[in-house]
Amino acid sequence: MKQNNLYNYIISIADNSLILAQRLGELCGHGPTLETDIAGTNISLDLIGQTRNYYQYAAKIQGEGKTEDDLAFLRLEREYKNVLLVEQPNDHFGFVMGRQYLFDVFHLLFMTEMLNSKDETLAAIAKKGIKEVSYHKRFSGDWVKRLGDGTEESNAKMQEAIDDLWVYTDELFDLTEADKAMIADGIGVDTSKLKELYYAEISELLKEANLTVPEGKYFTRGGKKGIHSEHMGYILSDLQYMQRTYPNMEW
Amino acid sequence: MSKNWPLWEIFVRSKNGLEHRHFGSLHASDAEMALENARDVYTRRSEGVSIWVVESTNITASNPEHNGELFEPAQDKVYRHPTFYDLPDEVKHM
Amino acid sequence: MSNEQIKNLEEIFEARIARDEKIEPKDWMPEKYRKTHIRQMSQHAHSEIVGMLPEGNWITRAPSLRRKAALLAKVQDEAGHGLYLYSACETLGVSRDELYEQLHSGKAKYSSIFNYPTVTWADMGAVGWLVDGAAIINQVPLCNTSFGPYARAMVRVCKEESFHQRQGFEIMLKLCNGSQEQKDMAQDALNRWWWPSLMMLGPTDAESIHTEQSMKWKLKRKSNDDLRQQFIDQTVPQAELLGLTIPDPDLKWNDEKGVYDFGEINWDEFWQVVKGHGPCNKQRMKARVSAWENGEWVRDAAMAYADKKEARKLKEAI
Repeated sequence: MKQNNLYNYIISIADNSLILAQRLGELCGHGPTLETDIAGTNISLDLIGQTRNYYQYAAKIQGEGKTEDDLAFLRLEREYKNVLLVEQPNDHFGFVMGRQYLFDVFHLLFMTEMLNSKDETLAAIAKKGIKEVSYHKRFSGDWVKRLGDGTEESNAKMQEAIDDLWVYTDELFDLTEADKAMIADGIGVDTSKLKELYYAEISELLKEANLTVPEGKYFTRGGKKGIHSEHMGYILSDLQYMQRTYPNMEW
Repeated sequence: MSKNWPLWEIFVRSKNGLEHRHFGSLHASDAEMALENARDVYTRRSEGVSIWVVESTNITASNPEHNGELFEPAQDKVYRHPTFYDLPDEVKHM
Repeated sequence: MSNEQIKNLEEIFEARIARDEKIEPKDWMPEKYRKTHIRQMSQHAHSEIVGMLPEGNWITRAPSLRRKAALLAKVQDEAGHGLYLYSACETLGVSRDELYEQLHSGKAKYSSIFNYPTVTWADMGAVGWLVDGAAIINQVPLCNTSFGPYARAMVRVCKEESFHQRQGFEIMLKLCNGSQEQKDMAQDALNRWWWPSLMMLGPTDAESIHTEQSMKWKLKRKSNDDLRQQFIDQTVPQAELLGLTIPDPDLKWNDEKGVYDFGEINWDEFWQVVKGHGPCNKQRMKARVSAWENGEWVRDAAMAYADKKEARKLKEAI
């Protein structure tokens, strides 16, 4: 049971990085400048790196002889436990940077706590990841400021993105059964305690960026339980295409 | 139509103890972005430990047409080099 | 300047190049040298960034995490290479925006090979192996070209590109050691990419207009036909190693000449694609143009923000 909880716990963290990396991967070659294409790709590569570490570890915990790729590519939609936020589409660059920033602030708080995990592998992943994620947050935060405090048009677009994405933020702090069990064992991060810090930090930056902090009290959730948005099926169609079409082959 | 992002010259210290060297250029709207872009463009393969960015328009370059007057007069000042001075072989390490 | 003075300068200039001296942006140069360099370097830059599209097409569908990361890193490098080369053009006083404008309006060319579609995963292997292989043959000599910024950009490009071809070949190798379906996929990709890769090295010497001048300026060290022969001679044994068949019934080793003889290239197809009627010309340009147009508000916002910040700083200083 304990191993099962640990497995589920790792999977849910890994899936966030995987799905966000996948979304960023769609953009390469289509961004506003070459420089932003290169930067976005770097973030995506960092996330894929984290993902691989997590899945390799999860596969080991599971002990069924599976590989990182089995876990990344061959689960059913319900078995992916990423938050809804990371699967939201790249509607425009404001959405891309808004989604990134709303996730990065959480991600850094999370990693900083995970550094103290009793699980050495997770602590080690956090130690490496903190440096990557700190940079992601600086990058996305700078862009939210530029777009928020840029032109009238960019301000409206950035506000639209923040307003639309806001409903997915509260889910970041939901605790699943696996979360609770892992927190009790000193392995997992109690994200519910990060909520206040998260909204305080984001509100500060949004104000600096000449943006209004959404007041919405209604939130959408489900990803952590495997109930995803309509986008997820399409993401998986791409992600799983090769592995599903040509099963049991090496690439 | 709007203003383009200016060009920046990027200087990278490739490892501790070495000088910053010109690596190339890129576009950015301001110095912070130039630093971020430089990190992603020019140090993807761990090529650096420190970055300087300078907006290209702030660089004043010598005119190659003046190369003669600027650089040639130094060529015959051989007494500035240690090999100009004759010492007996017995004097070592000088 | 009188004609005689110009002639004199040109002689000094050509002598410098002949002595293997590098020409730097602020040095005097003949107008034709400047124009030729802007054209070649920008074409090269355009090829890098249009080249991101056919490979970018498979990032979300890469079959393993390792492959996904490698492909992303490769496409990212292409963006970097485009950037280095645009920067080299900019030293000659033409902005990246102007060069984009030339690309988007169809005035500037890019390598025609990127107008072919990538329809299977094996195409990622074939593109890396063949297209990057042909590109490297073209590019390595450019590390010694006469224009300093171009030569320096190419040194960086070649250094980074060395993993690209290996990445492609490794994909092919894995497929060729895999199931029948995978082998078929690899052969199919070779069948589709072989001829376009040969065309990529340019029209035959008889039809190539710029060669002589380019040789003198070290923009080119070998003729198109020589490069093509070199590419074929080095690639055929690699195909044999993979167990794949080159789709050319006339291909055979010529013992006397010590090279491979090969069949007729379909130059009509080449010119059709160059003139804009390849399978993906329109699609590629649409993707580039829409990335640029959709990004305008973002670029404007960043500039407006920078100006505001600067103004605030000035105000604080007062």
